[in-house]
Amino acid sequence: PPAHSHSDWIGPPDKHSNLRPVIFYVPPEESALERRLREARQEAQASNQRFWAWHNRAFRQEKEEFIYSRLKAKGLEVRDESGQKATLNAEEMADFYKDFLSKNFKKHLQYNRDWYKRNFRITFLMGQVALVRALRWLRRRKKNVEQ
Amino acid sequence: MSAARRCRPPRALTGLFVWRLRNTSVPQIPCRFVHLYHMANKRLITFQYFNFLKRMYVTQCNKDLSQQAKPKTDSIVSPFHELQQLDQEKKSVHNISPVSPVHQLGSETSSRNELREMKSAAETEDSVIPVGAESKEDRQWKEMKLRLDDLPGILARLSKIKLTALVVSTTSTGFAMAPVPFELTCFLLASLGTGLASCAANSINQFFEVPFDSNMNRTKNRPLVRGQISPLLAVCFAASCGIPGIALLTLGVNPLTGALGAFNIFLYTCCYTPLKRMSIANTWVGAVVGAIPPMMGWTAATGSLDAGALLLGGILYSWQFPHFNALSWGLREDYSRGGYCMMSVTHPELCRRVALRHCLALIGLSAVAPVLDITTWTFPIVSLPINLYISYLGFRFYRDANRSSSRKLFFCSLWHLPMLLLVMFTCKKSVLENEDKGDLPRGSHETAMEIRLP
Repeated sequence: PPAHSHSDWIGPPDKHSNLRPVIFYVPPEESALERRLREARQEAQASNQRFWAWHNRAFRQEKEEFIYSRLKAKGLEVRDESGQKATLNAEEMADFYKDFLSKNFKKHLQYNRDWYKRNFRITFLMGQVALVRALRWLRRRKKNVEQ
Repeated sequence: MSAARRCRPPRALTGLFVWRLRNTSVPQIPCRFVHLYHMANKRLITFQYFNFLKRMYVTQCNKDLSQQAKPKTDSIVSPFHELQQLDQEKKSVHNISPVSPVHQLGSETSSRNELREMKSAAETEDSVIPVGAESKEDRQWKEMKLRLDDLPGILARLSKIKLTALVVSTTSTGFAMAPVPFELTCFLLASLGTGLASCAANSINQFFEVPFDSNMNRTKNRPLVRGQISPLLAVCFAASCGIPGIALLTLGVNPLTGALGAFNIFLYTCCYTPLKRMSIANTWVGAVVGAIPPMMGWTAATGSLDAGALLLGGILYSWQFPHFNALSWGLREDYSRGGYCMMSVTHPELCRRVALRHCLALIGLSAVAPVLDITTWTFPIVSLPINLYISYLGFRFYRDANRSSSRKLFFCSLWHLPMLLLVMFTCKKSVLENEDKGDLPRGSHETAMEIRLP
């Protein structure tokens, strides 16, 4: 993002977490409230990134292991003659999906709670910041009118 | 200096060399060369990059290597770069640049340290880098500033305007099916109020689900996921749709409709959305959410919840199951990874059974309609073909349980519902006819026309 920009910039989805990273703009006269908001957003972004990158990586790995073990059980190799990766069809993968979901259930519950709390807090802070800015703008306009 | 490619014996796996060049094209700053060694099909290939020849060389290399090592131009900024080497699938080459590091995928710790070296080296280097190489990544970074001319499109996507239109059409059908004289203003108010309520509910749903939506292919282009709108604005929009919508329903139509609308918003945002990640019961709750709008249409017209409203709600409730279960069958991988508890993932047998059961229920419910004096007996007869067809597809889905049968069922459900509602409307029992029990129906269209007169 260019150095002169006064807004946040959002990038393409991260390869591991599929979340879009945001670069936050730090205004020179940032108030304490605005700083709290920015830090909350940064913290949420980092935490989300950690969770999803780890989670997606675990999914990919376990999926590979599952495919490998199933293929082995069937007596096939991971790659067939043409060099293509052998895959299982959707029905066979269904067992894996079910298994993966139930294994990570508790983790997801915990993450949901955290995410909802963070989301509400960030949005509430955004509301406060917006309100403060609006009041400041109104006060400035009133002062200009009076002058 | 020649940008030669050297093949090394396949002993060393990954290494990094950085050295200075004496005659540089950039006078003050020493050009740094980065050599990255790869194992690519048991051959070690070296790539050299000049900053100024970067792109040219890359394309040349690509042709020679036949796509084995494409330079990956990821525009991921520093917080995320330490995870790069975990991805073992593709092998690619990295350039140094202070602005946009291109990351290597290869083996573990050695390359990680080397990447750190590269990064620090890159940061100390002055950024005299050709613009061409980074522009692709830079273009993908978007400023998070709201543009007013984009706003209507963004809000349309936020409120899932197409789905809202379908919901409003079911509400209008409910209104039209009510055995009372048709009132245009009431009809319009009810439709508008329901539309606003639906927009609000959809926006809140998207607000809650940002990280999950980003991880699923179907939903990763939503406005909040792409950062086109801030969460605060999404909530404000939802409030500014929901509150007037419910107020319109309560004050402009009747309190019962308003209460149903508010209850539906609550059910969708506070019950269905969190439940999606907790239990498969979410599908049943979601079916109720879909069933309420026609009931709202009915209560808007008549002011009371009678058997007709419940029947219409029942038809929509039953319809939701083949529709949603068929859709979710193809999304099992995304649901599993995203942590959504859906029947198609956890109880696939139940998923298909429920879909079939409710297809058959649709036939039964259509037959009940004339009994309740909502429609004439032509309705179950005319609707029998389409109901049988969807039941047949439901049965195929139950038996075959594959992607093609699920898709067929899903696409059928998309046209089945509008057609069923249309047939129901044309077979509606006239109000005048009900009052005057002696008359025989002269024709379904004629009876429909009679009702329209205020």
